[in-house]
Amino acid sequence: MYKKLLSHVKEYKAASIATPVWMIFEVIFEVLIPMCMASIVDQGVKENNMQHIYVMGGIMVVLAVMAWFSGFMGGIYGAKASTGFARNIRKAMFERIQTYSFSNIDKFSTAGLVTRLTTDVTNVQNAYQMLLRMCFRAPFSMLFAMIAAFIIEPKIASVYLIAVFALSIVIVSLARAAMKCFREVFKKYDDLNAAVQENVSAIRVVKAYVREEYETDRLRKAAQNIYGLFVKAEGRVVMVAPVMQFTVYTCILTISWIGAHMIVAKQLETGELMSLLTYCMYILMSLMMMSFVFVMVSMSAASVERIAEVLSEESDIKEPETPVTEVKDGRIEFCNVDFSYGKSGSGVPVLKDVNLSINSGEVIGIIGATGSAKSSLVSLISRLYDVSDGSVKVGGRDVREYSLESLRDQVAVVLQKNVIFSGTILENLRWGNPEATDEACKAACRLACADEFIENFPDKYETRIEQGGTNVSGGQKQRLCIARALLKKPKILILDDSTSAVDTATDAKIRKAFREEIPGTTKIIIAQRVSSVMDADRIIVMDEGRVSAFGTHEELLADSRIYREVYESQTGGNGDFDEQGDR
Amino acid sequence: MAEQKVKEIKMGRGRNMGPRPKLKDPGKIFGRVMVRVLSKYPVQFIVAVSCIIITIMCSIKGTFFLQSLIDDHIEPLMKAENPDFSGLFHAILVMAGIYAIGIIAVFVQNKLMIYISQGTLRDLRIELFSKMEKLPISYFDTHSHGDIMSVYTNDIDTLRQMISQSLPQLLNSGITIVSTFISMIVLSPVLTCVSLIMVAVQIFVTGKVAGGSSRYFIEQQKQLGSLNGFIEEMMEGQKVVKVFNREKINVERFNELNDSLYESAKKANQYVNVLGPINAQLGNLSYVLCAVAGGILVFNHGTGFLALTIGDLASFLTFNKSINMPINQISQQFNAIVMGLAGAERIFRVLDEIPETDEGYVTLVNVKRNPDFKGVETNTERADENAAPLIASEGEWLETEEKTGIWAWKHFHKADGTTSYVKLTGDVVFDGVDFGYVPEKTVLHDIKLYAKPGQKIALVGTTGAGKTTITNLLNRFYDIQDGKIRYDGININKIKKDDLRHSLGIVLQDVHLFSGTIRENIRYGKLDATDAEVEAAAKLANADGFIRRLPDGYDTVIKSDGGSLSQGQRQLIAIARTAIADPPVLILDEATSSIDTRTEKLVQAGMDGLMKGRTTFVIAHRLSTVRNSDCIMVLDGGRIIERGTHDELIKEKGRYYTLYTGIKSEAAGA
Repeated sequence: MYKKLLSHVKEYKAASIATPVWMIFEVIFEVLIPMCMASIVDQGVKENNMQHIYVMGGIMVVLAVMAWFSGFMGGIYGAKASTGFARNIRKAMFERIQTYSFSNIDKFSTAGLVTRLTTDVTNVQNAYQMLLRMCFRAPFSMLFAMIAAFIIEPKIASVYLIAVFALSIVIVSLARAAMKCFREVFKKYDDLNAAVQENVSAIRVVKAYVREEYETDRLRKAAQNIYGLFVKAEGRVVMVAPVMQFTVYTCILTISWIGAHMIVAKQLETGELMSLLTYCMYILMSLMMMSFVFVMVSMSAASVERIAEVLSEESDIKEPETPVTEVKDGRIEFCNVDFSYGKSGSGVPVLKDVNLSINSGEVIGIIGATGSAKSSLVSLISRLYDVSDGSVKVGGRDVREYSLESLRDQVAVVLQKNVIFSGTILENLRWGNPEATDEACKAACRLACADEFIENFPDKYETRIEQGGTNVSGGQKQRLCIARALLKKPKILILDDSTSAVDTATDAKIRKAFREEIPGTTKIIIAQRVSSVMDADRIIVMDEGRVSAFGTHEELLADSRIYREVYESQTGGNGDFDEQGDR
Repeated sequence: MAEQKVKEIKMGRGRNMGPRPKLKDPGKIFGRVMVRVLSKYPVQFIVAVSCIIITIMCSIKGTFFLQSLIDDHIEPLMKAENPDFSGLFHAILVMAGIYAIGIIAVFVQNKLMIYISQGTLRDLRIELFSKMEKLPISYFDTHSHGDIMSVYTNDIDTLRQMISQSLPQLLNSGITIVSTFISMIVLSPVLTCVSLIMVAVQIFVTGKVAGGSSRYFIEQQKQLGSLNGFIEEMMEGQKVVKVFNREKINVERFNELNDSLYESAKKANQYVNVLGPINAQLGNLSYVLCAVAGGILVFNHGTGFLALTIGDLASFLTFNKSINMPINQISQQFNAIVMGLAGAERIFRVLDEIPETDEGYVTLVNVKRNPDFKGVETNTERADENAAPLIASEGEWLETEEKTGIWAWKHFHKADGTTSYVKLTGDVVFDGVDFGYVPEKTVLHDIKLYAKPGQKIALVGTTGAGKTTITNLLNRFYDIQDGKIRYDGININKIKKDDLRHSLGIVLQDVHLFSGTIRENIRYGKLDATDAEVEAAAKLANADGFIRRLPDGYDTVIKSDGGSLSQGQRQLIAIARTAIADPPVLILDEATSSIDTRTEKLVQAGMDGLMKGRTTFVIAHRLSTVRNSDCIMVLDGGRIIERGTHDELIKEKGRYYTLYTGIKSEAAGA
């Protein structure tokens, strides 16, 4: 997992190596400073040697400057390496997501992917920087301080060894216990926030049912619960401070006792004792730092895992070895098609034994209940999903023989859950064809009956669409999406319930335009309104994953019970009462 | 001096510096936070602060011990012929005792801080939530959900950090600095001056570097914002991206944004990173200067304030080192505190919002028929449209605790001190109602409508004509500006909001379900409903069938706003939820699309079942609904432009005719 992520360090490898190296230099210089100190006291002050104090002071200043420079370089490289690493991870993730098939996308939630790309990457960036700057610095600083202490006086230095050993055991076990608690807390914490989120978005329901007190009670319980968990988790963490102090104080007292004896016995100088005490703090501080890095890196493990999940997700739709790039015509064939959303045909079968043959240029309507697999059926045509069994042919060839790009260029789908993006209307339209001229865009809009409302905007085709398309109505959005698909000049055009928010009259106008202006394109129209499909050449009636009937309006009225029911329920005064507001 | 320092440090911000949030009155907000903490946990807080002081005293004592160790013990012992270590041993024992107190103080302080900070947060969270539940709908109209959520997540988090970490550290650092300075001055005023000069240099440099970095931090924040915006949008539209083969173009655009974020993030981080070494080495430099100066003093055997022993120097140097740490800490914590205060400000802003007001005093109570009553029985029929129905008969009803299923409005009349009971029937009158979401812009003009109990009123019209607004006024999500709305003859402003809403059932177009089982979701309408009642409601709503077919039936767990169910199924559950509440008046917002005909038939039948015998306001999109209504109101631009039955309106050949036939007639063209 970590290995996979670390392979994205790439061009920041040099900086990633330089950082700890500079940090080690910083440590070396810093560790030497207390030695000079000892010398100042012992050889300078005590021997009345002012000269020595100046020399040693000078050396110390030089060391401090060098330590500063090393620390500076370490900081510069550390920032470069970590932000660069984050940049590479983000890039790799985004590129990987672009290769995802629809079923890959279904697997991750939108919010989940956004979190992984943003928060999780930031966590990893911070942990990585911490790792580079401290992971070597802290142990080395401990090591060098230890060496220095041993050079001065091995007997006293051995006290440190014992202290370090004891303290590290305590800290690590405390950290582990605390981390376990924290993981639990954060999960519960997320649940709490999810509950709040739910309340915010459903506030009207809460108020309509007068459930304010009830909801507050529920939250009170959850908050109390979280409180208990936090107290428990932090209770473990705060044990570190007293334990640390205990160790420090014990060391100081022990060293004072031993040191005093040694000084009296002329085995140690006063200055040296002072340096030893400085090193004591140094060593134990490094230990704290190490435990901190340890905790931080462990905490980021969840983020690393989530990122690795995105990076290792393989698209289950593979490009053929030698792809066909030319879709000959708009013929569509389904031969014994079975389909389910699960991996490799596992999961509940959605489509069963579908056989269809559609001619080029035909207008096909699809009607059926929710869950009857209308959308699933058409999604196989542009190979948004792969069949579990059987085959889907477009232009006489299996869709799996085409390159995805050319297949999807020729088979345009207007998705049911459609999205337009922030940017001008023209920019949005050019998703269909980046090279489309203004004229071509306008023509497509005329076909989709979108020109009328666009012309009414003050900025016309340069009108900016807000993120999520919030400044256009549902019907306007649908028509823009149709126009965008038309710009592809596809051989097959699939409208998946794409005019549901468009009024009946405009809907009819769009269909008429299709019939007259793009007669060669095969048009597949999924609709809830029977009026939207009635005038199609042929109509497919879907029922629980099977093609229940396929024929002209008249044939179906005569033969298909389902179709007749739908028809009767929607006509004769039972039809839709359209809103024409967005005209 | 101390004040000056704090001011200066404001310039230098510690780690994770973002663009500094602007605070209007940080002192006041800080005060409010502290008042909260102190009023809830006064004893704990005082004990914690005392512990901090004890801890610092102990550590200062420890530093002085080093001085006496050399001057009072080692030096004399070195000169002694027969060194006697018992004095030293005694001193060490005393010191061990002091240290033990220090350790206990640290422990107690840390432990208490957990209770204080977590307790404060728990209380804040609950208070915030309960406040939010009380806020008027207009608050949610004017604040994005993301912003509201961020108060719960980000702001509470930063505040937690501030209370539990930054605050104690700041306190600790402050006390340490002050007490250390006092000790230093006692040891050697001259060296203290040297030390102070270096501190000033440090603060100056930190301020300079931090000032330089803020440009990049603002830049980084901006880039992060646009990258995140792009990511959100593209993840949302990923399927569209696939369908249009836009992957390559997307990657290019992403790389551009990603690269510029990298540039600014790198610079910003570099600034922060170099700050640490600068401060550390300036600290070392200060150490050297003091050592040299101290060496000279010791060497020259100065007198008076120049007097210094080796032991003094040793202690002083330790103090000098230990004063660097708190200064660094303050500069690091400063940003956390500013951010915490900014979070606190947003939290307080929510807490200070004016909650939904309710001056209503008419309440809903269970009643039973008064057996002694001899008068005229309740009659809800009106003589003509403008006459008030006879729905209040003195003495007909008696209030009771038992669940009779008969409800009445308990109306206390202030004028004569009497209480009357008006049977809940569902008679609704709008009389000359004007309304605007903002006072300047009226969206409903002079709305007049009457609904007798059990009648079905259809509201039709274009988007934005004001259909939903009318229903929102009835349950007082918003308050009207002019005119009156009467419910069973009572001005709804006099009715307690909770009781008013209890008597109204709403099925919204956007169905919101809660995480939990289907059973729990239906029970939301009536919390004490039995399982049998839940199932009966589901049957009434036509939802029973599909629920039973789910693997776990009624115990199927719905996640994240019902994602696993289809729109139609969610709507059926919402209808069942309303059905179980059994309100006399219904507000239905029909779904426009996305339900297929067969499910819609189920929904339709469910709604029809629900509407039976209830006064219903339906925002209608389906012809069948409209045609079966007792009265149709055609709205346009916030006015009722036509009203009548289907047949009457068709004859009129006005707007309704246009909407019905889909033919754009000249008459309705305006």
